[in-house]
Amino acid sequence: MLDAVWLIPALPLAGFLILLAFGRRLGEPGAGWLATVMCAGSFVATLVVFGGLLGEPSEDRHFVQILFQWIPVGDLRVDVGFLADPLSITMALFVTGVGALIHLYAIGYMHGDPGFPRFFVYMNLFIFSMLMLVLGNNLVLTFLGWEGVGACSYFLISFWFGDEANASAGKKAFITNRVGDWGFMLAIFLAFAAAGTVDYLALNEGAGGVAAITMTAIGALLFVGAVGKSAQIPLYIWLPDAMAGPTPVSALIHAATMVTAGVYLMTRVNPILAAGYEWVPDVIAWVGAITALIAATIAIAQNDIKKVLAYSTISQLGYMFLAVGIGAYVAAIFHMITHAFFKALLFLGAGSVIHGVGGDQDMRHMGGLRKYLPITYATFIVGWLSIAGVPPFSGFWSKDEILTAAWASGGTQGKLLWAIGLVTALITAYYMSRQVYLVFFGERREDDAEPAPEPEAESVTVAAAAADAGGHGHGHSGEPHESPWIMTLPLVVLAVLATIGGGLNLPFGDDLHVLEHWLEPVVGENELPIDLSGATQAALIVVAVVVALCGIAAATAVYLRRRVKAREPEVLAHAYYYDEGVTRFVGGPGTRIFEGVAWFDAHVIDGAVNGVAHVISGFGRRLRHVQSGFVRTYALGVATGVVVVLGYFLTRIRF
Amino acid sequence: MIAALDVTPGWYLVLGSLLFSIGAFGLLVRRNPLVMFMCVELMLNAVTLTFVTFSRMLEDTGGQSVVVFVLVVAAAEVVVGLAIIVALLHKRPDATADDVALLEG
Amino acid sequence: MSVELFVFVVAAAACLAGAVGVVASRNPVHAALSLVGTLFGIAVLFVAESANFLAAVQVIVYAGAIVVLFLFVIMLLGVDRADDLEVEPLVGQRVAAVFVALGILGLTFAAIASTGYEATGAVVGFDADVPDVNRLGQSLFTDFLFAFEITSILLVIAVVGAVLLARRGRREDEIIDPGQEERAEEIAERMLLAEYRAHPEEFYEYEADEADAEGDGADDASEEVRT
Repeated sequence: MLDAVWLIPALPLAGFLILLAFGRRLGEPGAGWLATVMCAGSFVATLVVFGGLLGEPSEDRHFVQILFQWIPVGDLRVDVGFLADPLSITMALFVTGVGALIHLYAIGYMHGDPGFPRFFVYMNLFIFSMLMLVLGNNLVLTFLGWEGVGACSYFLISFWFGDEANASAGKKAFITNRVGDWGFMLAIFLAFAAAGTVDYLALNEGAGGVAAITMTAIGALLFVGAVGKSAQIPLYIWLPDAMAGPTPVSALIHAATMVTAGVYLMTRVNPILAAGYEWVPDVIAWVGAITALIAATIAIAQNDIKKVLAYSTISQLGYMFLAVGIGAYVAAIFHMITHAFFKALLFLGAGSVIHGVGGDQDMRHMGGLRKYLPITYATFIVGWLSIAGVPPFSGFWSKDEILTAAWASGGTQGKLLWAIGLVTALITAYYMSRQVYLVFFGERREDDAEPAPEPEAESVTVAAAAADAGGHGHGHSGEPHESPWIMTLPLVVLAVLATIGGGLNLPFGDDLHVLEHWLEPVVGENELPIDLSGATQAALIVVAVVVALCGIAAATAVYLRRRVKAREPEVLAHAYYYDEGVTRFVGGPGTRIFEGVAWFDAHVIDGAVNGVAHVISGFGRRLRHVQSGFVRTYALGVATGVVVVLGYFLTRIRF
Repeated sequence: MIAALDVTPGWYLVLGSLLFSIGAFGLLVRRNPLVMFMCVELMLNAVTLTFVTFSRMLEDTGGQSVVVFVLVVAAAEVVVGLAIIVALLHKRPDATADDVALLEG
Repeated sequence: MSVELFVFVVAAAACLAGAVGVVASRNPVHAALSLVGTLFGIAVLFVAESANFLAAVQVIVYAGAIVVLFLFVIMLLGVDRADDLEVEPLVGQRVAAVFVALGILGLTFAAIASTGYEATGAVVGFDADVPDVNRLGQSLFTDFLFAFEITSILLVIAVVGAVLLARRGRREDEIIDPGQEERAEEIAERMLLAEYRAHPEEFYEYEADEADAEGDGADDASEEVRT
């Protein structure tokens, strides 16, 4: 059963290759169904391997399958091999599961788009890369997947590249990721230099043997990579812009899977983090906490339905890093899973809304849509309550676990982190409720909308925001309408998962800590123990619930009852002008720095190399004149030599 | 007086070195190929004089034999050298040793 | 004053005067004649050193053959014009040449003086009664026989080489007498005219066709002859 682990990435790879060759011929909807079936097949294979792992006792739950030797160079040996252990299979399960649902949704969403087959080519390639990332048994293979998902993210964000804004967003994502990748690469080099291997099992076993400072460096550098990929401060600027891509892309890549790769990486190398100095995990926790808070505040003032969810994603990822930093790896993974469910649900629901209103993404032009999109509305509510942290939905359990762990991590730092997390939860409840009220409740504000762009189904270059679902050519009269079953089915499935997902790790009694026991072989040693009395834990739960309800109440007062004036400060709407700042820096002093570096490279380094050549050629040019062709000069040389030889012999005589 | 001076073989040697250096100087300074050749003959003669002197000093006939060979070789050298000069100067009657530099590529 | 001293001084003076003459003469002919003077001086010194045979050979071969060869070449090429001795195109050549010459002179002089004007080698000794020709012949044909044979080959090679080098092959860039072509043309014309007068019937084959054509009938015959 465990031998089937190679099938997991192989099926999406096959799908990618087939679609690459025959995608155009299969066309719509064949290409989409093929991709979905491949992804679903991968999910089945994952279930098989999962079953195989369950059959083993807890300590033996790691299976390595090496396909072939990839890089045998000197002492470096990098294989293409898969490590099937609880952590990787958990990731693979929800990547393929949620991925399959999103593929299905996309068949409906991308209906009528001329790039339909190309879309699924990229989607399958993405699933393949993501699976290589999580299943790889060494840092280099993970990096392969890391780069692969980055590339697919670029392809998919700038899917409608006819509009330059989309292409720029794709480039921005890729370049910002690259900054993080630099850290990842350095970490790989350092790991090989210090430990002689890049294999996870070997690295994690031998983490204690290598110098603490090296482990610290590796951990810090890997975190730099994670910051880029998982959109934490200061490298989060690409994620809001990435919303220019089709909504299924936002759901899959920028909510459920790619952005969680950073959290996965940190969890995977938890022995390295434990073996380094204390300040690295502290930094991770604080970066996560600050990011969560800042992103949540920005989300209050966003008017684009997808941008709110983008900043929400950044905020929730901050929670996960907070958990990783304090050592609560189980809580981080738990929140990753529930987040995958409810965030994908929210994004797909948003896509359904956008499709329903004919392409407009501005929430100020929506309202009262619950009458027109009932299924979307119902599932969206589930997602909303989940992310806001209202029991019994899954989001509550996972977020509470993080907060409890923060409190339990002790000392002033623990309490501070808990406080930040709590405030963020309050703000999260607030802005999500705001979104729900603006979109689904109240009066239709379609008259505030600008005239909708011409519904030309053929043109791909229709404005980015509106091009989302403009090409379905129903010929309807602009009345919002519910999406077809192919889009609402995944919504319903995800809603069910978001509801029951909390059961993975309920805090009542050790038996219910299913996820914790499951992940024990991977993170058990370095997991933060929760030494809190039952009363403390109960109190924390109550506080969290109260805070969530307060947030919802506040939003109700502002946006539903209209009793309090809505305050959406400009600075938040512009995300603290961070983006503009970065642009100004890179365009101004940044460019000068880069030009300086380029000048140095061209003149000093190249100058040294060219200088050697110049010196030699100059020397030769001058030496050339010795051979003048004048025989009398040569004769003079000969005669001078005679004199010299004579003189030499004279010195040898005894007078 | 001067009659007291004896002509020792050393004088011949000094004369030989004098002739040789004059010949060397001439070879380096003159440009006309024929005159350069004559300077070479001058140097060769200085050498033969020295050889004969040493032959007398060491009472070795080998020195005189060498002179014979030097003579033969000098003759052969002159023959070939002059043939070359003739071939060269037919085309350019005013060629000098410096013009050999024109031969380079 | 002893005879030897007198002879030496005169011969040495001739040598040196000739040497300076070779180096300093503008005219190559003068230089050649100065060389003859030196050669005679050397020959006299050979006699003074009891190398009579060599003195004779020196005069015959060197002064009689080699210098004559030089003069032949000078006269053949007509390069007896005077050189310009003032100009020295290579910078510093003269100065360096002076130094080099002085260096050679000084060093050899020092070498000679260092031994007290004596030879440092072992005295071999020969029978002074035997004439120097006999001694020379014996030495050449026994001790130096191999070298002797080689020199004969050398002479053959030199002669062959000289003949090859001096041969004037026919080359395209050779100066051709421009009047030659005209003369050849003229001769060919005379021949044609003579043949016409001798055998006129051979030249009138195409006249029947030509008579119908326009143009000067009187010029027909003469035009044909011209072409």
